[in-house]
Amino acid sequence: MAEGTVRGEFLLEMNGIDKRFQGVHALKRCSINLRAGEVLALVGENGAGKSTMMKILTGIHSPDEGEILFYGQKVDFKTPKAAQDAGISIVHQELNLMNHLTVAQNIFIGRESKGFFLDEKSINQKSAALFERLGVKIDPQEKVQNLTVGKQQIVEIAKAISYDSKIIIFDEPTATLTDAEIDVLFEIIAELRDKGVGMIYISHRMDEIKRITDRITVLRDGEFIGTKNTAQIEIGEVIQMMIGRVTYEEPKQASTVPEGAPVVLRVENLSSVDVKGISFELHKGEILGFAGLMGAGRTETARLIFGADKRWSGDIFINGKKVEINSPADAVRNGIGYLSEDRKRFGLAVGMSVSANAVMASLDNYTSGGFINDTKIRAVSKEYVEKINVKTPSVGQTVKNLSGGNQQKVVIAKWLIRNCDVLIFDEPTRGIDVGAKSEIYKLMNALAENGKSIIMISSELPELIRMSDRILVMCEGAHTGTMPIEEADQHAIMTLATQKS
Amino acid sequence: MGDRVKKIQLQKLLAFGSLVILYLFFAYAGRNFVTVPTTLNILAQSYFVGFLAIGVTFVIITGGIDLSIGTVMICSALVGGELYRIHDMPLWICIIAMILVGTTFGLFNGVMVTKVGLPPFIATLGTMMVSMGLGSIITNVQSRTFPTILEADAWFARVFLRSEGNFPMGAVFLGSYLIITFIILNKTKLGRYIYAVGSNEEAVRLSGVNASNWKLAAYVISGLSAGIAAIFFSAAYTVIVPGTGQGFELSAIAAVVIGGTSLSGGVGSVTGTIIGVFIMSVLTNGLVSMGLPAPYQVFFTGVVVIVAVFMDIQRTKKANQVKRK
Repeated sequence: MAEGTVRGEFLLEMNGIDKRFQGVHALKRCSINLRAGEVLALVGENGAGKSTMMKILTGIHSPDEGEILFYGQKVDFKTPKAAQDAGISIVHQELNLMNHLTVAQNIFIGRESKGFFLDEKSINQKSAALFERLGVKIDPQEKVQNLTVGKQQIVEIAKAISYDSKIIIFDEPTATLTDAEIDVLFEIIAELRDKGVGMIYISHRMDEIKRITDRITVLRDGEFIGTKNTAQIEIGEVIQMMIGRVTYEEPKQASTVPEGAPVVLRVENLSSVDVKGISFELHKGEILGFAGLMGAGRTETARLIFGADKRWSGDIFINGKKVEINSPADAVRNGIGYLSEDRKRFGLAVGMSVSANAVMASLDNYTSGGFINDTKIRAVSKEYVEKINVKTPSVGQTVKNLSGGNQQKVVIAKWLIRNCDVLIFDEPTRGIDVGAKSEIYKLMNALAENGKSIIMISSELPELIRMSDRILVMCEGAHTGTMPIEEADQHAIMTLATQKS
Repeated sequence: MGDRVKKIQLQKLLAFGSLVILYLFFAYAGRNFVTVPTTLNILAQSYFVGFLAIGVTFVIITGGIDLSIGTVMICSALVGGELYRIHDMPLWICIIAMILVGTTFGLFNGVMVTKVGLPPFIATLGTMMVSMGLGSIITNVQSRTFPTILEADAWFARVFLRSEGNFPMGAVFLGSYLIITFIILNKTKLGRYIYAVGSNEEAVRLSGVNASNWKLAAYVISGLSAGIAAIFFSAAYTVIVPGTGQGFELSAIAAVVIGGTSLSGGVGSVTGTIIGVFIMSVLTNGLVSMGLPAPYQVFFTGVVVIVAVFMDIQRTKKANQVKRK
C-alpha cells in the first residue's frame, strides 16, 4: 500500500449512507471504502445506486443518514466545489468540456489567473507539465473540438489531476474509447495508482474491471452486496452478485424456424445514399440478425424498409405482394414496426404517459368520431403492461420515470398493440442492464414463436448469435454474406463484416 | 399522464391564485375597481386577446410559435371592413370573410412550417409583415369602421360585445370557445397528437403517424382563432387602423406563458391561458384604477411575464432534481 494513508486503513470511508428521493429509497445504508493507491471497481445494474453514491461523495447530494470519512476525518461536502477543493474529482461519462476553448483553457477554467487579465502563457505551461506527467502528447493550445474523444477524456483526467486530487472517480470512462485509447487510459490509471491516488472505477465492462481494478464493490437495488478482491473472483460470480438471480444464457443451437415457413418480407435491391443494393427474405417466425460494424448501413437499411428515409431504388414485398412504402405511415399500414436504437429520440414521447405511448401507433382504433376513448386505451395498455411485464406503478405513469429496460418494453407494447407482423429491433438492449436484457430476449423469442417475424440489429455479437435463426452481415452499406445460425460464430461474422465488397 | 397533469394543475392553481390576489389587491388599492363598468372593461379587453391566446396555445404546445396572429387579426378585420363599407356586403358575409382570412393565413403558416420546412419563428415573422402590408394595400391605408350600437347593423355590437341588458356577450363566446378547445386538446385525437408532437415529433412520425399534418392543424387553429378575434376586436374598437396589430401577438404569448404552457412544447392548457389573459387584463385595468398611466401597464406586464416564467423554471428544476437519482 502506498503512503498517504493517515489514521486508519482507508483513504475514504462512506458508512451507512441512506438516501431517499420522494419515496424512492435510492440507497439503503450503503457503505464503501477506498484505500490510497488502489483502483476500486463500483459495479451494479442501472439504478443500483452507483451514481447516487458518487453524487453524495462529490457534494451534489447530501445523505439523509450516514457519514463520510476522508483521511479518517468526518467531512460533509455541501457543494461539488467543496469536494473538489478537498481533492475529490470526477471524470464524467459525458465529457464536460467547452469545445471552442483550448485544452489549457478548459483545464484551468475558473482558475485562469489571479488578476483581472488572463495569463495564457502560464496555463499553457502548467497544462504541458500535466501532460508530461501523464506521458501523453497533447498541445495545450489546441482547441478541444479538434481532439479525438480519447484525448478529450485525457484532458478531463488532466483537469482532475490539476486539482491535486487524492481521489478520482471514473464514470464509465471507456464507453467511447478505442482499444488503443483504452490502453493509454489504463497506463495513466496505473501511474496514478503508483502515486497513491485512490480511484473509483465505474463500468459495465467486466474484462476491463478484471484488468485494471484491485477490488470490486457490488451494489444492488441501493444496497451494499459485497466487496471482493479482483484477483480472487470470477466474472460470473460478480455478475451473479449484481443481478442476484440466474441469467438467461441459452445460446441458439439451430434455427427454430420450421422448414418451408412462408416468406413474410422480401426486399430487393434496396439502395440509398448509405445502402448499396440490399436484398433478403424474412420468414414467418424467424429472427434474422443484422451484423456489421458501426456505419455498416444496418440502421439505414431498417429505416428504408420502414419508409423513414428516402430510398433511391428497391422493392419491398409483404407476403409476396409488392407494397409502396414511402413513409412510416405506409410501413405501419403494412404491418411493419420499427424499434429505434435511440428510444428517447425516436421511440417515445418521454414526457407522456405509458398508455399514451402504448397506443401512439394505433390511436385510430381507440377513437370514435375524433374523440379518444381513454377507458379503452387504459384497458389495452394495462393488458400489455401485464403481458410483457413492464414495471410501472400505473399506465398513467410518465415514461421518463421508467428504467431503460421498461421504456424499451413500452416501445415493444406500442408495436404489439398495433399488431405488427414484422418487427425491426434496432439495438434492443442498448443501455439496458443485464437482468432486463434477458427479459427482452425472452420476449423476442416468445414473439417469434407466436409467428412474428423479427429483424434484429445488434452490435453485440454474442447477443446476435444467441438470438438469431440466420445472420445477415453488412459492410459499408453492402450485403457481404448470410449464414445459418449453425455456421455463425464471431470469427466468421467479423470476417464478413470487415470484407470490403 | 401522472406528473404532467399534476404539474399543469399546480401551475393553474398558482396562476389562479395570483389572479385572485391581484384582483383583491386592486380592489383595495385602486379606485372604483370593483364596479360594473370596470368589470365589463376587464372582460371586454380580454375577448380578442383571449381568442388569440387560445389559438396560439395550440401552436406553442407543439413546440412552435406564431408571431403573426396580431397583424393577421387586424388584416382580417380590415378585409371585413373593406367588404362592409366599400363593397356594401351584408355584415354576416363580412364576418365569415374575417374568419376565412385568418384561417388562410394559419394554413399558410402551417404549410411553410411543416411542408416547406421553415422555422416557425421565421415563417410567422414573415407572415406578420405580409399580413400587415396586405391590410394596408387592400384598404389603401385608410381606416375601416364597424357599426356601433347607435348605427345600422347595431346587432353586431349587441351580439359580439354587450347585449341590450349590458350582458357581456363576448364572455359567452369566449367561454364557449374555451370549452370547445379544451375538449379538442384533451379528448380528441387532434389534441393528443398536438401534445405528442410537442413532446417528441420524430417518435410520433416513426409510430406511423402523419405528424406534420397534425402540426399543420395547430397553425390553422391559431389562424382561425385570429380570424375570430378580429370579430370581437371590431365590435369593441369599431375603428380598424391599417399598419397596427403588432404587439398583440406578444400579449397573447405572454398570457399563454403566464398560464403555464411551456415554450419548449409538450406541456400546456387553454384554461391556464385564459387565466393568463385575465391576469393581464386585471393588471392593466387595476393600474388604471390606481391612476398610473399606460407605460406602467406595459412595464408591470413585463415584470409579471418574467416572474411567471422564472417560477415555472424553478419548479421544473426542482422536479428534475428530485427525479434524477
